[in-house]
Amino acid sequence: MTATDLRVIAALGARSVKQTFRRPQLLAPIVVFPSILLAIQTAGAGRAVDLPGFPPVDNFLSFMLAGAMIQSTLLAGNSGGIALAVDIEMGFTDRLLAAPISRFAIVLGRLAGTAALAGLSAIWFIAVGLIFGASIQEGVPGALLMIFFVVLSGVAFGGIGASVALRTGSASVVQGLFPLVFVILFLSSAFFPDTLMLEPAASIAKYNPLSFIVEGIRDPVISSITWSVFGKAIGALALVGAIGIGLSALALRRRLRTGG
Amino acid sequence: MGWRADLESISALMRRAANELLRVPGAAIPGVLAPTIFFLGLTAVFGSLVDLTGFPTNSYQSWLIPISLLQGAGFTGAATGVNLARDIEQGWFDRLLVSPAPRPVILAGLVLSAALRSLIPATVLLAVGFAIGVHWPGVPGLLIAVLCVMCMGTIAACWGTALALRYRSQSAAPLMQAGMLLVILTTTAYAPLALLTGWLHTVARYNPVTQIVEAARQGFVGGVTWGDTWPGLLALAGLLALLAALALRGMRRTAV
Repeated sequence: MTATDLRVIAALGARSVKQTFRRPQLLAPIVVFPSILLAIQTAGAGRAVDLPGFPPVDNFLSFMLAGAMIQSTLLAGNSGGIALAVDIEMGFTDRLLAAPISRFAIVLGRLAGTAALAGLSAIWFIAVGLIFGASIQEGVPGALLMIFFVVLSGVAFGGIGASVALRTGSASVVQGLFPLVFVILFLSSAFFPDTLMLEPAASIAKYNPLSFIVEGIRDPVISSITWSVFGKAIGALALVGAIGIGLSALALRRRLRTGG
Repeated sequence: MGWRADLESISALMRRAANELLRVPGAAIPGVLAPTIFFLGLTAVFGSLVDLTGFPTNSYQSWLIPISLLQGAGFTGAATGVNLARDIEQGWFDRLLVSPAPRPVILAGLVLSAALRSLIPATVLLAVGFAIGVHWPGVPGLLIAVLCVMCMGTIAACWGTALALRYRSQSAAPLMQAGMLLVILTTTAYAPLALLTGWLHTVARYNPVTQIVEAARQGFVGGVTWGDTWPGLLALAGLLALLAALALRGMRRTAV
């Protein structure tokens, strides 16, 4: 990767972040909706910590923080895909393709923007959590680890959103993935320990890569860092990232070959 | 114009809304899909809450079904507002306003169609619910639940209409949907009042939609009583009067 590629990625990433802040309909799903759901679920199901078998936590908010972060990241990936599809529909991507820059830097620029938004959302939820009574057992290093995992998740899930956008070129198709985000979330341990979920969701959550990622983010909040949890989270992120970026590369190649 | 002409106008507007569903069946999908995913997902995730001391039923799906029914009605009703915003953007609504039909009649036609449309997600949700073990609420319980759903659809349509007339743009759609989602979820949606914690305990106690939820829920988690029914009916009537007045005010202020 050349210095020019890096400059292109940084410029497109910054554009992507600015675009999100300028359009409330893109920002709302990333911050507002997960924050509202976090507030309601924490207070609505807060007594869940009294259930036998619930992992020892200070409060339900501490448990739920990771779920809110990953929900926000999934929706950021979806919003990034929608924005990329809008760029394709409006012809902006065609102009970029005609420019003397690396084709894949165009996609990486979008993913860099999604990763930056994911990082900002992680900071937002850590701040909200600390203000409303959550505590991070591993302190500052734990918070940094959470941000690291959330940023990587942004790249991984952003890759999947981008691949759908590049494959279809339609914002409404990418927007149609919105319900799927919740299906994946509900079939993971994002909101509840998998051991206490009902079947068949409990069994699916046990093997859902999203559960490994969520548990990696949650681990420094509710306990000290466990290397096996850390390793599984990194493995799951590598898997999802490889799928997302691989599918994006294939979709971009196909778009360039067929011209749309 | 006499009342017979008014009824014909209302009926024509309701037929137009029904036609839209017949011609674009996909238009009903968002109102059905979101509450169904939330119903199945939340049941699977939070189903163990019934093991908490003080939880009044052993079936979380029975606890949750009225929330999903009202959520479906809320989304469907809010969609009326989105459709109205589209009609305003495309100029069709202006043509409606210059017709001899009085404004309250036009409003009635718009919002009553939402009451009927809200039965679509309700039917799907009840079918899914009974398939996964929701308790049979009995005929009176089912009738009260259906009444609550239809009225909630109308309330949401009035809310959506008021916002559509205020902003005159489909970009107000998230506000229409989020508003309904918020009032429905800040009730005893997840657990009984005694088990709610923090701010939600206070909000749910004073949120009138809690009474509607409890009225719709009673047949699914126990027996139907007048004591659990009348506060719900009162809340429905109050919200309906308030939001219909708001929507009508918007109608009267709309100049052609």
